[in-house]
Amino acid sequence: MPSVSTIAAIRFGTGLVPRKAGPAPAPLDAAALLAELNGPDTLPARFPMITRAEAEALAQQVRPARRAAEEGTRAGDPAPDIAYRALRQELRFVGNRGAQMAIARAVDAPIGFRERLQQFWGDHFATRARNAEMGPMAQVFAEEAIRPHLAGRFPDMLKAAALHPMMLTYLDQTVSVGPNSKAGRKGGGLNENLAREMLELHTLGVGGSYAQADVRQLALLLTGLSFTYRAGWQFDAAKAEPGAETVLGEAYGGAVPAEVSEIHAVLEDLALHPETGRHLARKLAAHFTSDDPDAGMVEAMAAAYAAGGGALVPVYAAMLEHPAAWASFGAKARQPLDFLVAALRALGVTGERVAGLAPGGVNNQLLAPLRLMGQPFAAPPGPDGWPEEAADWINPQGLAARIEWAMKGPRSWAKPLPDPRRLLRAALDDAAGERLTWAVSRAETASEGAGLILASPDFNRR
Amino acid sequence: MLNRRLFLQGSALIGCSAAAHPLMSTATFAAAPGENRLVVIILRGAMDGLDLVQPRGDAGFARYRPGLAALAVGEEGGALPLDDFWAAHPGLAKLMPLWSAGELGFVHATSTPYRDKRSHFDGQDLLEAGTGMDVPVGMAREGWLNRMLQAMPGVQSQTAFSVGAEEMLILSGAAPASNWAPASRLDLSAQARLLLDHVYHDDPLFRDAATEAVELSADMAPGEKMGGDANRQPLKLAEFAAARLREETRIASFSVGGWDTHRNQPGAMKAGLRRLSETVLALKDGLGPVWGKTTVLAMTEFGRTVRENGSNGTDHGTGGAMLVAGGAVRGGRVHGSWPGLAEADLYAGRDLMPTSDVRAWAGWAMRGLYGLDASLIEGSVFPGLEMGADPGLLL
Repeated sequence: MPSVSTIAAIRFGTGLVPRKAGPAPAPLDAAALLAELNGPDTLPARFPMITRAEAEALAQQVRPARRAAEEGTRAGDPAPDIAYRALRQELRFVGNRGAQMAIARAVDAPIGFRERLQQFWGDHFATRARNAEMGPMAQVFAEEAIRPHLAGRFPDMLKAAALHPMMLTYLDQTVSVGPNSKAGRKGGGLNENLAREMLELHTLGVGGSYAQADVRQLALLLTGLSFTYRAGWQFDAAKAEPGAETVLGEAYGGAVPAEVSEIHAVLEDLALHPETGRHLARKLAAHFTSDDPDAGMVEAMAAAYAAGGGALVPVYAAMLEHPAAWASFGAKARQPLDFLVAALRALGVTGERVAGLAPGGVNNQLLAPLRLMGQPFAAPPGPDGWPEEAADWINPQGLAARIEWAMKGPRSWAKPLPDPRRLLRAALDDAAGERLTWAVSRAETASEGAGLILASPDFNRR
Repeated sequence: MLNRRLFLQGSALIGCSAAAHPLMSTATFAAAPGENRLVVIILRGAMDGLDLVQPRGDAGFARYRPGLAALAVGEEGGALPLDDFWAAHPGLAKLMPLWSAGELGFVHATSTPYRDKRSHFDGQDLLEAGTGMDVPVGMAREGWLNRMLQAMPGVQSQTAFSVGAEEMLILSGAAPASNWAPASRLDLSAQARLLLDHVYHDDPLFRDAATEAVELSADMAPGEKMGGDANRQPLKLAEFAAARLREETRIASFSVGGWDTHRNQPGAMKAGLRRLSETVLALKDGLGPVWGKTTVLAMTEFGRTVRENGSNGTDHGTGGAMLVAGGAVRGGRVHGSWPGLAEADLYAGRDLMPTSDVRAWAGWAMRGLYGLDASLIEGSVFPGLEMGADPGLLL
């Protein structure tokens, strides 16, 4: 068994880093992880993402530019089409830059517990840009809806995430209209997608004690939430179903005109439902410790959630302070993003280096490998996010892409490559197994040595 | 199973006996479900069915498409005559011998149940999920090929393959299925392979995945590499799929993109269809003798507008077409019922009216190939589908 400090870095952080000269750093433990999370969040200022105003300004240009390009082509003028293509490329670059900054932060974080939580909660509220306009909004979502609440209250994160333009467009809320609303009498209808996912994925969980009637009532209550590229986010009372709705036995709404505060009220209640606490506790424990987490740990976390009124830090503390967090190791596989980040850390790469990559380098050295490993950045397969189990990731395709990257990728990041024995220590410390240690000492080249280390089960498990 | 030994070459080098090597054990595969092969190609971007196979006998066609249909059938660079009514896009020239041999056909005026919103993303999700509009788009997390596998006996992990790095919802779900992107090649030195073998020895998850990866990677011709040439990528996917289908695999799926022809449609269609033709031919060549037992269905998320737009292209529509190929299909004809292009016959006054559900064709294909019950197809593979009478797509 590796030490607590090694487990803390690999299981709960973004991976080990090479030891610097000077006195040995203090070993990591639960307190160190929580201290990082409770300390100031300095990484966003160093590795900034696009703001909402910038994202909306870009999105608003798309349709006019497309129209102009079409008209220009018709009239034989190629200039608007060239401008439109340039805009599309700019949107792609902006999206890629979001990935680049997220990776730079995870590479530079002292331990990386906050960055791991950012990934976890971003995945809990999984979204995906459905068109070019929404591409840049993905990072705005991460920055506005998720990050400020990582050490805050879940009900606040729920309100910010589930009602964000990114979620409203992804789960079709923007086309949902109350059938008896002013707008609904002219056409359009109800769309239950967001309401269903709020209950099934975001709060109570798929086994929760809600019925189809609750989904429908919640969907009626959510009408009025709207977002367009031109007008931005707004609550449009003309689309809101009149009257009160009953969700899980509680009545909400009924104000004339309808108000968004009614939606906030139901989200607060759903967030604080005991089943939500258990759902979140189990999901966190399954993500960080084991696909089949310790029942006592989950119980302790759910109790902390209830006692703290939805505050998240006590839940993390209950997980980290439970013996099961440290009693076993290696049951889970690092997901591709974690794998890539941990490898860059082990190689001594800095966040500045990642942030300094040109757009082509971002694609070739970060995004393309992630795609081949099965985890294209910010593009989860559905609203239920990425799969959790090791076998979902360590399949022939995914593992081959990891091995390929492990054998060839490090050369473009570390020149010269570190001595494999030193890299082994940096990457795994006391988590390196005998078979790996034996094999690394027999590698023919530094590159092959790095490849063996990074492709090993030792490095890919956590 | 020679490839499996790649991990073992020169094992004396590090002093391991072959017997101690789990990678040495030859995997055995239970008999796959029958000998018939099904390949589903997803044409991403909404291919223009009216340009693929052109209703030249309908007076509306030339009227709506003065630019796109400017060249006469049979003229230099013009469409290729199929019969008195239909003509094929010239980009399909390489496939014409298959048409003559009865191994290439089309289904016209078909679509998924997706209507009105015309979004690629949602349309593709619905096409691959095989559901109706009653399931909220984006909520379906399972593909219809996977649900078909769930209903078949003797399915192994190799029975079905999705090929390429592109996510294929169509094969996602509870039934086992494999995925491989031919872009992934394990270029390992003999020594690296041996050492990796040693490192993976005690970890079955890594060991088994690596063993299979080595074998799959070896199926690529030596020295061959997926380059940046997008035109060659579908070809590579087809070659790889064919190699698997020659062995224990029975079902394969991959996608070919580039059909969103809002502008300069003639150029884009010509290149796209040449690529698709070569892809089908690569399947035929690679499949060799089992081509006769093969059904290829190439389908897209929706069709395009009947009228050409102002930028020499077409916009998102509804009814489209499907291309079918293989020795098992009844080719040499255009299947489906033609709705006509008169103003009143169009969907929403702008699109080709669908006269069939693309799922019904796929349903009848899987019934013919794998003997699945119609009730099972209508109940679980394509929930809510009414298959109707056998349209005779297969021989």
